[in-house]
Amino acid sequence: MRADTGRPSALWMSEHAMDTNLLEKHSDWKWVIPARDGMRVPGIIYADEALIRDMDFKVYEQVVNVAKLPGIVNASYAMPDAHWGYGFPIGGVAAFDPLQGGVISAGGVGFDISCGVRTLLTGLRTDQVRASQRDLANALYGAVPAGLGRGGDIHLDDAGLCAMLRGGARWAVEQGWGDESDLDRIEEQGCQSGAQPEAISLLARKRQRNEMGTLGSGNHYLEVQEVSRIHDSEIAEAFGVHQGEIVVTIHCGSRGLGHQVGSEFLKRMAAEAPAHGIHLPDRELACAPLESETGREYLGAMRAATNCALANREIITHLTRQVFASLFPEAVLTLLYDVSHNTCKEEMHDVDGDRRRLFVHRKGATRALGPGHPALPSSLRPWGQPVLIGGSMGTNSHILAGMPESEARSFASACHGAGRAMSRRQAYRQWRGRQLIDDLAERGILIRSTSGRGVAEEAPGAYKDVDRVVDSAENAGLACKVARLTPLITIKG
Amino acid sequence: MMGVLGIGSWSAVSATTYWRHFDHGSDIGIRGVGRTMAEAFEQAAMALTAVICDPGSVSAEEVVEVDSDNPDPELLFVDWIDAVVYQVVTRQMLFSRFRVEMSGDHLHGWLYGEAIDIGRHQPAVEVKGATLTGLEVRRIEGGHWQAQCVVDV
Repeated sequence: MRADTGRPSALWMSEHAMDTNLLEKHSDWKWVIPARDGMRVPGIIYADEALIRDMDFKVYEQVVNVAKLPGIVNASYAMPDAHWGYGFPIGGVAAFDPLQGGVISAGGVGFDISCGVRTLLTGLRTDQVRASQRDLANALYGAVPAGLGRGGDIHLDDAGLCAMLRGGARWAVEQGWGDESDLDRIEEQGCQSGAQPEAISLLARKRQRNEMGTLGSGNHYLEVQEVSRIHDSEIAEAFGVHQGEIVVTIHCGSRGLGHQVGSEFLKRMAAEAPAHGIHLPDRELACAPLESETGREYLGAMRAATNCALANREIITHLTRQVFASLFPEAVLTLLYDVSHNTCKEEMHDVDGDRRRLFVHRKGATRALGPGHPALPSSLRPWGQPVLIGGSMGTNSHILAGMPESEARSFASACHGAGRAMSRRQAYRQWRGRQLIDDLAERGILIRSTSGRGVAEEAPGAYKDVDRVVDSAENAGLACKVARLTPLITIKG
Repeated sequence: MMGVLGIGSWSAVSATTYWRHFDHGSDIGIRGVGRTMAEAFEQAAMALTAVICDPGSVSAEEVVEVDSDNPDPELLFVDWIDAVVYQVVTRQMLFSRFRVEMSGDHLHGWLYGEAIDIGRHQPAVEVKGATLTGLEVRRIEGGHWQAQCVVDV
């Protein structure tokens, strides 16, 4: 056997923390990297000093590299949960102007296109659910396929798949998987326009045929949570979020189809970049001009994959409602909101007094529209968009609301979650799945998962402190805290 | 072809033919080393299986064949790993033995494995795909070959 020290490769595991000497501190929550060395715009990181110091130096490098891409507008942003991603940092936000040679990047959207979170209100009290907690955990685990090797009951032919890719959550509702009233509470009203299923390869379409209504694995989950604290009672009341009541949060994305689309376009964009005159400081930043054939094809494919994610979360919602109906017939599960945090959206923004059409990449970042935004449904418009922030297994999650200031500060964007603090290998070395499950059960949190190793890799301690992340988001003026959620049941792949 | 296998971070057939994992901030890296580029690709695919489960728990009962073409050896490696990922998720199979033949820009691969048995294999994660992060296909000391990249999970 070969000797192995177990030490990470210095080449690919950065051992350098953020060097704050490279940053200009503009406030306690805003740090600026001045534009230099080929940067077209500055970099801006929103976080408190402790989070900044915990960030990997790779975040700095990636923010700088994104700032070098053609057509970028205002700044290359990183949210408080930023960590080392692929080309773009996870927690990165960047807007590009097609009229200024702006680009679209497969890496800037991510492999799991339109991965996102939705939260359902149940109206049930915590004590009602505690009384049937084990039955509910087992029923949800049985009903919602999670992890590799557990397929769903929905099997689509290519025509059905293409209809889904055009229709998104609206298609799911038309098939009987979901509720018409949900659509108003989903970004783009549940159906992303401009989707082009024909821009998606046959391989990618085949990969998805048996995966609709499945949760996936990694950090994806379905969680039953208690509203354990209200921060803003006025907004919470408007959202229908009440202390001591139960909500269900679903975190997943476009499954195999999104992954396949991401992989295929990443390689294609990397190979074609020189022909477009684009110098890539990092090949993972692979991108194409928005006005190029590849750029347009990726946009159409990405929008179709977005519909796949919206349909998938709608179907899982339907499966969840069936479980609740069997155990709590009186419960009516209504959708608070559905947000995607791996996206590129075409949006209008004010830039230096001009109204401009921009393509805003949010890689591990949540759109956070402030009060009065016309894209919000009328019932939410006075309060701002619900911003749903997932914690890690066994830790709190949060509901925030978009603030008026977030438009100018980050193209109306906020954080998306806790962000990993250590690698999967480190986590697996440190924890054992069975022990974690038992420890969490003692705290009243039931975990259902196919793999003890998967649980260990997702250990709460492997992630940053999500409470600190949302504090920073609020203090930076990106989104305000509305309520805190504490888990009772977590279903993981 | 296969020697000692083990769950965790690494395993070796010999001093010159082995696989190992390496760290990435949020995901995991796979690395294969062999006497030829093809052997390095085979070992990296073993590392991929070990991201998901203990390769020693997977019987090499069925064979699946894949083809890839790419003039860039590093992108050909990404194609190869993506092809294995594709077979895992679409066939719901795991693979514990790999054979690669290369000719110019072309790769032909044989994947030996069996259908996923959740109870026996306990898959920890579903790999989404290969990334270009940490991507290298190169000769290393002793004239051997190393192929590696980070995979998204």
